[in-house]
Order: sequence, then C-alpha cells, then structure tokens
Amino acid sequence: MTLELSLNQQPAHARQGSSIGQPLTRRDGFLKVTGAARYAADNHPPGMLYAVLAVSSIARGRVAALDVEAAKAHHGVVEVMTPKNRPALAADPDAKDHPFMFRLDLLQNDQVRYPNQSIAVVIAETLEAATEGAALLSPRYESLPARVGLDGAESFVPRGVGIGSPAVHHKGDVEVGLKSAKTRIEATYETPAQYHNAMEPHAIVVAWDGDRLSIDTPSQGLAMAQGRIAGLFGIAPENIHIRSPFLGGGFGSKGMISGPQVLGILAARLVGRPVKLVLRREQMYGPVGHRAPTRQTLRMGMDGEGRLTAIDHHARTASSTFDDFFEPAADASHTLYASPAIATSHDAVRLDTGTPLFMRAPGEATGSIALESAIDEAAHACGMDPLEFRLRNYAEVEPMTGKPFSSKALRECYRQAAETFGWASRPLQPRLMRDADGFLTGWGMGTATFPAIMFQAEAHAVLRADGSGLMETGAQDMGQGAWTAFAQIAADGLGLDIDRVEFRAGSSDLPNAGIAGGSGHTATAGMAIHNAGAAVIARLADLATGNEASPLFGAGNEGVLARGGRLYRRDDESRGESYAEILTRAGLTEIEGHGKGAPDPASQETYAKHAHGAVFAEVKVDPDFGQIRVTRLVGAFAAGRVINPRLVRSQYYGGMIWGISFALHEEAITDRRSGRIQNANLAEYHVPVNADVPSVEALLVHEDDPYVNALGIKGVGEIGITGTAGAVANAVWHATGVRPRRFPIRIEDLLG
Amino acid sequence: MRDFSYLRAGSIDAARQAAALPGAMLLAGGTTLIDLAKCGVAEPETLVDITHLKGLDSIEVSERGATIGTLAKMGHVADHADIKSRFPAVSEALWQAASAQIRNMATIGGNLMQRTRCPYFRDPSNFPACNKREPGSGCSAIGGVTRGHAVLGTSDACIAMYPGDLAVALVAFDAIVHLGQRQIPVDDFFLLPGATPDKEHAIEPGEMITAIEIPSLASARRSTYLKIRDRQSYEFAAASAAVGIEFEADGRTIRDLRVALGGVATKPWRARAVEDALKGKVLEPDAVRAASLLAVEGAVDHGANHYKIELAPRVVARAILKMGETA
Ligand SMILES: Cc1cc2nc3c(=O)[nH]c(=O)nc-3n(C[C@H](O)[C@H](O)[C@H](O)COP(=O)(O)OP(=O)(O)OC[C@H]3O[C@@H](n4cnc5c(N)ncnc54)[C@H](O)[C@@H]3O)c2cc1C
Ligand code: SF4
Repeated sequence: MTLELSLNQQPAHARQGSSIGQPLTRRDGFLKVTGAARYAADNHPPGMLYAVLAVSSIARGRVAALDVEAAKAHHGVVEVMTPKNRPALAADPDAKDHPFMFRLDLLQNDQVRYPNQSIAVVIAETLEAATEGAALLSPRYESLPARVGLDGAESFVPRGVGIGSPAVHHKGDVEVGLKSAKTRIEATYETPAQYHNAMEPHAIVVAWDGDRLSIDTPSQGLAMAQGRIAGLFGIAPENIHIRSPFLGGGFGSKGMISGPQVLGILAARLVGRPVKLVLRREQMYGPVGHRAPTRQTLRMGMDGEGRLTAIDHHARTASSTFDDFFEPAADASHTLYASPAIATSHDAVRLDTGTPLFMRAPGEATGSIALESAIDEAAHACGMDPLEFRLRNYAEVEPMTGKPFSSKALRECYRQAAETFGWASRPLQPRLMRDADGFLTGWGMGTATFPAIMFQAEAHAVLRADGSGLMETGAQDMGQGAWTAFAQIAADGLGLDIDRVEFRAGSSDLPNAGIAGGSGHTATAGMAIHNAGAAVIARLADLATGNEASPLFGAGNEGVLARGGRLYRRDDESRGESYAEILTRAGLTEIEGHGKGAPDPASQETYAKHAHGAVFAEVKVDPDFGQIRVTRLVGAFAAGRVINPRLVRSQYYGGMIWGISFALHEEAITDRRSGRIQNANLAEYHVPVNADVPSVEALLVHEDDPYVNALGIKGVGEIGITGTAGAVANAVWHATGVRPRRFPIRIEDLLG
Repeated sequence: MRDFSYLRAGSIDAARQAAALPGAMLLAGGTTLIDLAKCGVAEPETLVDITHLKGLDSIEVSERGATIGTLAKMGHVADHADIKSRFPAVSEALWQAASAQIRNMATIGGNLMQRTRCPYFRDPSNFPACNKREPGSGCSAIGGVTRGHAVLGTSDACIAMYPGDLAVALVAFDAIVHLGQRQIPVDDFFLLPGATPDKEHAIEPGEMITAIEIPSLASARRSTYLKIRDRQSYEFAAASAAVGIEFEADGRTIRDLRVALGGVATKPWRARAVEDALKGKVLEPDAVRAASLLAVEGAVDHGANHYKIELAPRVVARAILKMGETA
C-alpha cells in the first residue's frame, strides 16, 4: 500500500539533508485526523455480508444445544455456522507445529474451554440482523466448574516460558548467597490479568475468489498471518492478499491471526460472499490473548556494603487448559543487577481462560514491577538511597550470562533523569514529605530495560530514471509511526530527500518485513530497507564508475557518496552527477536492489544487547482517602540510534503511561463462580485518562551501539512500561510507608 | 434485527401519552438508554424522542431557587454562572460526572434516571438472575464481584449502587422533581430496593420529568461536592459527599447542615443523622469526625466493598470541614 501523501504535509526541514534523526510528524497523521485513513472495518466490498460471533457464557463444558432454526428464521439472516457445517480445514486448529503457533477455536467441536469462546457465527445482510440472530441461538450448556485464579488448579513447572526460555535458570548458589548476607528481604507481589484493549477491535473483511483470498485485517505480522491462513486452508501463501495499512493499536494482540479472524474467512467461504466480522469490545476478553496474572516471590541478600549476594525470583503464572504461553516474569532478574548468585524459576496453573499471549513487554513488565519493588525494599533494608543502591549493584556485564553489553548508557540515564527530577533532595525515610495541601508526597524510581531483538525482514528498492525512488516492505504501522520512520531510513538508504521516495508498506504482497513486535520492527525492517538502499546504490555506482562519460568514471564503487539524488566522488565532492543522468545515459528506466535485515549470529553470541532507562515518579496520596495521583514522571532512556525523536518520545510517553496504568489502574476482575470477567468494557476496565498523567517527561540519552546492527538501532516500543510501574509503586511506599504488594494499588490498600 | 418504532413527540402531552404505552421508553441524550439497549437490558418497543421538545432545556435561577428543565445538558448546567455561585455542589457534582463528551449529550432528567452499574444487571445473556431486571429471579451479585456495590439501603433482593452524582447534591438540598402536574421531593422520588428492586422511582407510566427545582437555601450557597475515586476523572464515585452549611451570625455555630452520600448506597443517600448531630453545635474537627461516622450507621458490606464503610465517613468529614474553613 502507498500512502497518499502530499508534500506540504511535511515540515520544510524534513527535506534537507539526512532524514534519519529528524523529528518529522507522522506522514499518516493528516489522513488520520481527517478520517481518510481506511482501517480494516472501513472496507465494504460489493455484496458483503455481516458476520457476528456467538460466544460462550460458560467457562468450561460443552454446548448441548443451539437454536439454529430460530436464528435462521430471523429476517435477514443468511446462514449460521456451527461445528456441524463449518467448512473443512486443511489443518487441525489444535495442532501446534512450533511454539509461535497458537491453538485456535474454529468451531472444531462443541467443547467450551473459556468464557467468550466462539460457539457459532451468524451471517446476515445487516449487522443488526446478525446480532439478533446470534442472540436467538439461545445456547444450552452442560457446564463444569470453572478453574479460576492462581490457586485454581494443581501447579506444575512448564517446559519453557515466553518463547523457548527455560522455566528455571540459575548461576551460583542463592542459598549460600542468602546465608552469607548481612541483610535479607523476602516479598511476594501479585499482578492481575490484563487485556490489550486496542482501540480498534479485531476486524476482518474477507472476499474469496476461487482459491484466492482478499483480506483487510489489522496485523502486526502480515507474513505470519498469511502463512497461518495458508496452512489452515491449504492454499498457497501467494494467493492470500492481506492489507493492513493501519492498526488502531495492537500491543501484541494482533501479532498472530486470532480465531475470530479465521472464522470470518470460514464464514465467507461458507456463504460464498464477502463477509465482515468485527469483535465487540467484550468479545476481546478471551480469544485474542491477554497478560496472564502472576504471583512473584523475591528473596534478596545483601552484604554490609549493600552489594547483592543473591537474587531469587520465583513466578507463578497461568495459561489456558489447552495451550502454552507462560509469562516469563522471573526472567526480568537475568539482566539488570549484578549478583554472584541468581536463581529464577516459574511454575504455572492451567485455568479456564483464553490463552494468554504477548502483551506489550510480556514478562518484562510483570517481572519489572516485582523486581523494582523488591530492589526498593532491599535498598531500604540496607539504609541506602534507592539510586545509590542500584549504582552499587550496577551490572558491568550481563548478570546471568557474563556477556559484555553491546552498549549500556544506563549510568547516564540515571544521572540525567535524577537531575531533571530533583532526586537528590529525597529523604530516605517514607512518609516525611507533605505538600501545601497536606497530601503525602513520595518519590520512587525504577530501572527500565528491554532486550534489543531482531527478526528477519526483506525489502525491495527501486531507483527510477526521473530521479525518484521506491522502497517496499510489508511493514506494519500500529500507530507507532512506521510509515514515517521507515521512509526516513529509506530516504537515507537511497540518498534521496524523503519527498522523492515512494514508500510502500502494510500489505502481504510486499516483501516480508517480519513482525511488528518485540520492539524489533524498526531495527529489523529498517536494516532490510537500509541494505536494499545500499544494494541499488551499488548498482547505480557500478553504472557510473564504469562509464567513461561519467564524471565518476574510475572512482570505484567504494569511492562514491549518495546524497540528495546525486552520486559524488568521495575524494572530490565537486565531481558528481544525478541519478537521473546516470540512468538515462545507461538507457534504463529503473534499477532495483534487495536487502535483508536479520540478527548477526556472531555478535549475538558475544554480546548482551539491551536498551536501558531510568524512571522517577512523584505521587501524592490523600492521607484520609488513599487516593493516589502520579503528579510527575521523568524517564531517561538509551536505546541506540534514534531515527525520529518525536516518534520515539511518543513511544516512551505511551509506555510510561502504561506503567502508571499497570501500577494503579488495570485489572480484569473475574467472577470466581462463573469464571467470567466482570469489567469487560472500557467504562469499567480502567486505563489512565489525561487527568491522570499531568506531567510526563522523556529524555533521550545518546547511545552509539556498533554491535546491534549497522544502523545502531535498539527498540523503544516496550521499555517505557518497565521501570515506570515499579517507580510508581515505590513512590507510593515513600509517600505512605505502605509497601504495595498487590497491583493495581487501590484506595482500600491505603486506607489504613 | 430487533424492530422498534421511533417517534418524535410533538408536545409534552404527546410524549406522555406515547410513553404510557406498553414497551415505550423516553429517549433523551441516549447515553444510558442506548448502552442498555445494546447489552439487552432495555428492550424498548417504542422510543419516544423528547429532545426536540421546546422549552424544556431552560435554566432559570431566581431568589426562590433554580428550575432546570429536564432537557438541559449536564455540561450547560455545570457551567451556568448562577448555578455555580448559588449551588456550587450541584455544579461540582456535574463537573465530576462522566466525561466532557457525555456531559455534552446527556440531560438532567436522563441523569437522574440512569441505572446501576452492577455488572450482573448489565449482562442478561450471561447472568439471568437479577431481581432488578427480572423480579424473583435472584441476585447474581451477592457472592460475586461486589467492589462497586452499595453498603447502605441494601436488601436481600438487591445490593446495587445508585451511581449518579447530581442526585446526591439534589437530595441534600431538598430539590423537587416536577412530573408535569405532580411534584415529588427527590428523596421520595428514589425508592429503596426492598423486595421490589425493579421499581426504582416514584414515577408512573405516562409520567415524565419536566424539570428539577432546587429551593434557595443558605446552605446550598456554601456547599461542595467531594468525589473520591481511583482514577482522577471519568469514573463513578468510590464514595462522595454533597455538603452545605449555614452558620449562625457568630460564623461558627452550625444553623443548617446538609449531608448526602453517593457511591455507597442504593439511592442518593441523605445522612440526616450527621446533620442532626452537628446542628446547633460549634464546628469543631473532632466533633465533625465523630458525627460523620453516623453516615454509615447500619451499613452492610459484601466483602470487596467493605472499604466504602471506612471511606465514606472520611469523605463526609473532609467536606464538612472544608466548608467550615471558608467561613
Ligand atoms: C462511561 C460512563 C461514565 C459515566 N460516569 C458518570 C458519573 O461519573 N457520574 C454520573 O452521574 N453519571 C455518569 N454517567 C451517566 C450519565 O451521566 C448518564 O448516562 C446520563 O446523564 C443520562 O442522560 P441522557 O440524557 O443521555 O439519558 P438517556 O440515556 O436518554 O435516558 C436515560 C433514562 O432516563 C429516561 N428518561 C430520560 N429523560 C426522561 C424524562 N424527562 N422523564 C422520565 N424519564 C426520562 C430514559 O427513558 C432512560 O430510561 C456515565 C455514563 C457512562 C456511559
Ligand atoms: S445487585 Fe441488584 S442489580 Fe445487581 S444482580 Fe443483584 S439484583 Fe440485579
């Protein structure tokens, strides 16, 4: 897909010199604020029908009866899809070929495995008819008691957590370390189930044409979605065309194609007409993933100087009864604080919920709030300032592996954020600060960190005889600004001003750009773009330096520079010529190049690669009411090269606000008798509103990293949650003297 | 599709007549009703749109008091200069309610008539038992998720909390609901659940709120609405208090005191015991705190909502003391 952009939407500075590093506004912003941006559900192919899911009321059991006749008799209803007539699939939706493949509920039988599981699909001429048809199904169930909560079933040690990380890790002997310690702490923290709640619900518009599929649906991983659909339907991936130019947020819930999206495809197959299926908000609480609850116990030992002698971090978490995703919370203790002995372990229970999945900073966020709270408790137990304590235990090499860091500007993050915040004047003891209105005031901090991950991506570049360029990769913009940042990388890679580059993304017909997840999209697809640009420039340079008529003749491929649509001699910049001249002379209308982005296995072996940050929070707590307000947040982050400071800052803001949300607001509340979530709507599932975030500041700390990739990019999408949630919790303690052990922290926890 | 008919009432009388028909419901701003229709709680056969009726959106303030037409928007009333100066608690209750977008749509009459946020009430397809929806079907909330449920005025049949803010301020100042010919004090307009939680208001089929009248009171002039909640905005009250004070000429002795609670009761909750304990006394912090405990006399919790019993008296005390300070 190409964005329809006009030049005057860009500030003038964007068109001068290097694009990378410029604070360009979002190129798609104009389309979005004018309503012209077309999201998946905005599509209406001719003849389209509406599909509505019927979902289960119960958490566990089977559907004993559905009144299909009543639904079908309703005016406008075209068809009802149930396990009886659902078109055949080429693969079992319960098969799991690799850990990145998740089991889907596609009406394979009458079993119910969690509340809100799809049990039928009603397809009708109008949304209203389909909705009423779904209600008329009046399901009868045979139900079994729901297994709810972290003690709701027998626990076991999973084979792995996250994606393939062992459930148990250790180095040194924590028991010895604890025994030798002068000071010890032990604390248990609970985090609740959370739901992604992207503004845009999962939606799909599908049209079959024989064995070809045309799909509009939001996807964070187009090629993966394409592959999954191809496998399920037994058709060639290239026959599946998925468009996903914009996502109204994903946060991990659109990383893999979900069951309801596939049901939309099945519904279209069944009726032989295009179909639209959009989840209702409450239907997003089940089949599209969530952040699993955790209960984490940390034990730490410290010597007389406040040096850690042991960290033991155990996490209990939960998965569904039928699939494996285990929130790798305890792994947060692998990377941050130096200690001769570290042990991390997980166990889990299987509950009657949808399968938990990746949710922005999966494992890192849950683990961070517990780890940073415990570090704060440890500092206090040692009588030390929390910043001083963290510096005392600063990891010069990655604690668990002993690998050197590819780069780590965390000290500078601590310094800049602490200075901006004014941390130095913080009293050590809690409950000592009051503001003029009598509010208890507290200051807390947390360390942020997130791994710098890369996946695999490809890009295709073209230079045209008119002097313009084209860059194509199937990248996904969830709102983070991919349309803009990648165009900036493309412009520099092609040696063109950004307004001379046509950038295409958001479609599965384009080269595989990998997944927009793991905070690795900019690095991965960015490197593919960069390399594709380099490849096409190399071809262009070949044409010029090998041609006697060119002023660049004889300069050699290495001896030229590409800038502003011209190649120059490196040793004499007065000699150069435009791309158009080179191509025209060669009689070519265009030339192309391909590039790949992938992690470098050698440096992967040698270095630990992480982004870092420090977050400082001020909270005010009403002493009578326990009402908490975060009045100030200052974060400083070092994450390698910054492609666009405006977009990066927005990512940090969003992450930090999510950190507040984690500490104070978000929680899915389950009715223990039925297993149903009772606040499955945005009126009752709370996230911060503007009034809750009066002051958020994000500082960008310079960091050069020669090892992560040639562009020096780490990732910025998830790190902001880590550190922040703990900082808020620690500030609450500092204000009140009450140590939060259960999140979100609520009024009743502080009423005292 | 579920068919219903929609009609635009041409006059108040026509609206009343239409609304008297079985299955008919009045439609004002729609911010409650449309939600309830979507989740299957409201199943109107006829929607009688009253938003076009003339003369029902006025806000008149005189020496005798304020008369607010049922169609006046929450946002307009909150922002009205005379309401702000003469009835600060009313303005503040509205400002702290819902969101700016909702306040721009929602009407005063609709606001009074909003239904409980009890999640079981709002989920008929998954929780058939709800005495408020289906008399005699039972109560799904008791024994379930109850953090937002009432601790005052509950019955064995229903523990649902009345969530609105405005009505709390109105009940404190003896406001009157105009139903055309008939007028009812707000306190009598809202009914306790008792054995009939489905019957929430003293309003009969064919009746319609036309206006709210708030009598002029010295205690309303010195009044405030204090709302406590986990989130800074866009959340219903964990506990709230509308308080107004009138002092004797000495500026310290309480002549009149008005106290009402929100977020904790099955209806807007006038705390007369607190008022009586302090009237005629000199305003003094310890006495205020002690008297405020009377606000939750007889409160019954259902587990997760226990904190409201602790919280509510503190909110009352703070609001009274705050009004005392401005003396
Ligand atoms: C997310 C959310 C948060 C909210 N937060 C708050 C809050 O913090 N505090 C608060 O107080 N409120 C809150 N509200 C409720 C909101 O204030 C009400 O929805 C609104 O006031 C209803 O007014 P309306 O005009 O839209 O009513 P409608 O939805 O049109 O009608 C509501 C009901 O009143 C009846 N009705 C309307 N007019 C009359 C009349 N003249 N006579 C008789 N019956 C009538 C209708 O038949 C219907 O049953 C919130 C609502 C939402 C959705
Ligand atoms: S508390 Fe009242 S409204 Fe809620 S389920 Fe029980 S009866 Fe229904």
